[in-house]
Amino acid sequence: MELVRISTAGSVDDGKSTLIGRLLFDNNALTKEQEELIDQKTREKGADDLELSVITDGLVAEREQGITIDVAHIYFSTDTHKFIIADSPGHVEYTRNMVTGASTAETSIILIDSRKGLLEQSFRHFYISHLLRMEKVIFCVNKMDLVDYDEDRFIEIAVQIKEMVSKIGDDIDFDIVPISSLKGDNVVHKSGQMSWYGGKTLNELLHLNKSKINLNKAKYEQSFRFDVQQVYHTHREGFQDFRGFAGRVKSGTLSVGDKIITLPSKKESTVKEIRRFTDQLNTANAGDSVIISLTDEIDISRGSLIAKLNEQPEELKEFDATLVWMDDNSARVGSKLILKAGATESLLKIQKINYSVDTSNLEKDENASTIELNDIVSTNLKLSKPVYLDNYEDNKRNGVFILIDPQTNSTVAVGFKS
Amino acid sequence: MENRHLYELENESIYILREVAAQFKKPVLLFSGGKDSIVMARLAQKAFYPSKIPFSFMHIDTGHNFPETIEFRDKLMKELGVDLIVRYVQDSINENKVQEETGKYASRNALQTVTLLDAIEEFSFDVCLGGARRDEEKSRAKERIFSVRDDFGQWDYKKQRPEPFQELNGKIQFGENVRAFPISNWTEEDIWTYILQEGLELPSVYFAHKRKLVKRDGALIAHSDYLNIVDTDEIVEGLVRFRTVGDMTCTAAFLSEADTVKKVLHENMASKHSERGARIDDKRSESALEDRKKGGYF
Repeated sequence: MELVRISTAGSVDDGKSTLIGRLLFDNNALTKEQEELIDQKTREKGADDLELSVITDGLVAEREQGITIDVAHIYFSTDTHKFIIADSPGHVEYTRNMVTGASTAETSIILIDSRKGLLEQSFRHFYISHLLRMEKVIFCVNKMDLVDYDEDRFIEIAVQIKEMVSKIGDDIDFDIVPISSLKGDNVVHKSGQMSWYGGKTLNELLHLNKSKINLNKAKYEQSFRFDVQQVYHTHREGFQDFRGFAGRVKSGTLSVGDKIITLPSKKESTVKEIRRFTDQLNTANAGDSVIISLTDEIDISRGSLIAKLNEQPEELKEFDATLVWMDDNSARVGSKLILKAGATESLLKIQKINYSVDTSNLEKDENASTIELNDIVSTNLKLSKPVYLDNYEDNKRNGVFILIDPQTNSTVAVGFKS
Repeated sequence: MENRHLYELENESIYILREVAAQFKKPVLLFSGGKDSIVMARLAQKAFYPSKIPFSFMHIDTGHNFPETIEFRDKLMKELGVDLIVRYVQDSINENKVQEETGKYASRNALQTVTLLDAIEEFSFDVCLGGARRDEEKSRAKERIFSVRDDFGQWDYKKQRPEPFQELNGKIQFGENVRAFPISNWTEEDIWTYILQEGLELPSVYFAHKRKLVKRDGALIAHSDYLNIVDTDEIVEGLVRFRTVGDMTCTAAFLSEADTVKKVLHENMASKHSERGARIDDKRSESALEDRKKGGYF
């Protein structure tokens, strides 16, 4: 079984919950309890079409207001794939939730109402998908039943989408599908109403695992990056004076015998063993949680980075990064925060705000003096001690960090090294 | 690899367990003896091997558990070599901190919260590891991996910390503590498939067995001294198993002949019913679990 992580984004009335409901319903992936709930709500409302949206409304406040506030996780599987959907609200107030939802996914689904075409939010959704370098973006032009399944209307919107993509960045793989979640057209089943559409249904696109394979390959081919989470010492039987470095491979691969360097201590050594529970491995790949031991006794602690000798990351005490601000408290030039990237932490000062981006028209404001909730800004950051990040564009896992406010302990921003 | 997705989930859970051990001073793993906590124990073993699991386990014992689960719990703790702390809801009742519910549907499930919060204070635990999964229930679907609780153990969804790229922020103020959920992204099917793959043992109540039962509102409940039996209840005997194992008073049994992990896995998936359907206390209202969580329930 292949694990596929998807994020969905849409505006309040785009029918996102209905789409997810439809995807599960037509894949026969709802539980009996969920089916009963849909039945019950459909009857209560006296609606002609199934009330599919009820299965994603989680919190009391959301049910009362009829909107999605927080990222919800939905799980379902088909014969060949397991899906995790991070469903996030689309409104500007919830940009932080959208970034959070999309950050662990490879594919992002962006919903567009066929009657309205592209909205401000569509720009923001795609901007974020592009900022996060999603592997694939699927634009679902929804509610086609309400425009009489009109091909011309679909083409009009498709042209708008392509214009937007070329403006924001066309270095991203995308598809456009005309659907009706309410009626079930082109979600799982091919539509009988839109014979003019020769492309794949949403479900077929989600089942294409080509991008996943490429993604893994790309991750393995990147430079090796390993954050030490913890150091294990033990003297138990069979492990005299064992010293191992536990962590998760962020990118690349490492094999026994490889020459490595530890940062920031800049000590060189050779990989003696790679362990995963009782197994001894020859190689560790991106994503693996393993324990590495070295041939030399060198000083390594939590927060150290292990890289291959010939692929060292740059030492950074000052760098540019794009921040997405996630906290109610704003920040300004001079704000002091904690940077956390995996197990690494450093004190940080916002040295300069280069510009903030208005995602609805892509205009840059170079005079921005404060950073408010949901702002996307380019900044220059200065650190109290060096970190070893790559450019996010080259290495997603080692190019990203969060910022923590030392006063409140809240996670206030996510940053992408540029 | 057939179970490639399980390998990915296991990597993720091990990463989370290690972050918990590294970021906090005094973690504890909440262990109920149910299948999810048994999987958690296995993951902890894998995360820290060849070192020992660096924290204690704790069971909040309602006193209404299946005896089979308690027996199993003690055996497993011995095998793993971890310390088990047990705190009893009965003690909280005796100290007049909580009131025993009365009537036909009396359950001690909600009472656990008080005993749990007291134990957190007694031992100064700053993080409790739990085996909750997001697929279990709709308010769980919105839970973070690190969930910060205030002095009163309360959950406020508005104050949840974003966790982009699974960057986990465990910084807390004195008095606050965190509930950490390493198997957030596992589904019930994943749990059973993993139990099969790892050859894990489970308490016998998970498999088909003959049992004396009480038939009530169309559900089958284990016959026990803890259940307030009323006139309309019917006492029957049947071949059953339990799909989730909570208190004897609030977990419903299924008629089943599935006596192996493989058969249980197959039968669960074919049934299409959700496992929380067997939790009688969740059916009290549409937001039963969310209400309990806000009050500090696990």
